[in-house]
Amino acid sequence: MALDQSFVGRTYPPTAPYEVGREKIREFAVAVGDENPAYTDPEAAKALGHTDVIAPPTFVFAITFGAAGQVVQDPQLGLDYSRVVHGDQKFAYSRPVRAGDRLTVTSTIDAIKSLAGNDILDIRGEVHDEAGEHVVTAWTKLVSRAAEGA
Amino acid sequence: MTAKIRYEDVEPGTELPAASFPVTRATLVQYAGASGDFNPIHWNEKFAKEVGLPDVIAHGMFTMAEAIRVVTDWAGDPGAVAEYGVRFTKPVVVPNDETGALIEVTAKVAAKLDDEARTVRVDLTATSAGQKVLGMSRAVVRLA
Repeated sequence: MALDQSFVGRTYPPTAPYEVGREKIREFAVAVGDENPAYTDPEAAKALGHTDVIAPPTFVFAITFGAAGQVVQDPQLGLDYSRVVHGDQKFAYSRPVRAGDRLTVTSTIDAIKSLAGNDILDIRGEVHDEAGEHVVTAWTKLVSRAAEGA
Repeated sequence: MTAKIRYEDVEPGTELPAASFPVTRATLVQYAGASGDFNPIHWNEKFAKEVGLPDVIAHGMFTMAEAIRVVTDWAGDPGAVAEYGVRFTKPVVVPNDETGALIEVTAKVAAKLDDEARTVRVDLTATSAGQKVLGMSRAVVRLA
């Protein structure tokens, strides 16, 4: 069933702050096998001009996708999440995410399309730090595949 | 931001050092824990097949994380990445054996964008088992 177009432009309330921990960044870097010392060694990060260890570029997705849950699980929108696949992902950074950040995400539905029975949902997550400064914007395209025989 | 590559030293067509990233079932379990994405299609073969996949597949975001390493290793400072986007075109299928799958990544400078901001666009390709797994894979990088 096609999603309700009137949801386009809807913005959800900002999330509670997510505090970025050094060890969570390390865990992520280890999981992707990335030994760049900027992720684990504060001195190495400082030598590059950062105030603490920074996170790999895609780390923030866990936070923005968590926030997108408000949209995905909005019963009024009625998305069938069991049929959802990740179509596109993009990030634009004002600065890298770093340890100690307390990040909030504000999610907006940018577009809703229906293509060959698939529902396509574009969600934008604006990530700000505690001072209200922009850190990164994440654009996530979700595709809810048409049910067989529909 | 202190990228180790100078803007003056690259041209459209400049190739970045390519790299290959192995991924096994154990890698996916570890990534699931680190990222919080516990979708069973990334670790449960029975479930994956029930929803029409050939086998367990890697998280798209895992592939995205691996591909950008070619850029961050080249630039030196991961903070030099100003933009990064991909399209997930085909899944990386990960068989239940010791070898798993291999994600092969190449990249080259596609354009010099801004002489003031010293930014370049890098186009990436990522393949696994001969299939292109990422499309429209591009990064904007701020060079020294």
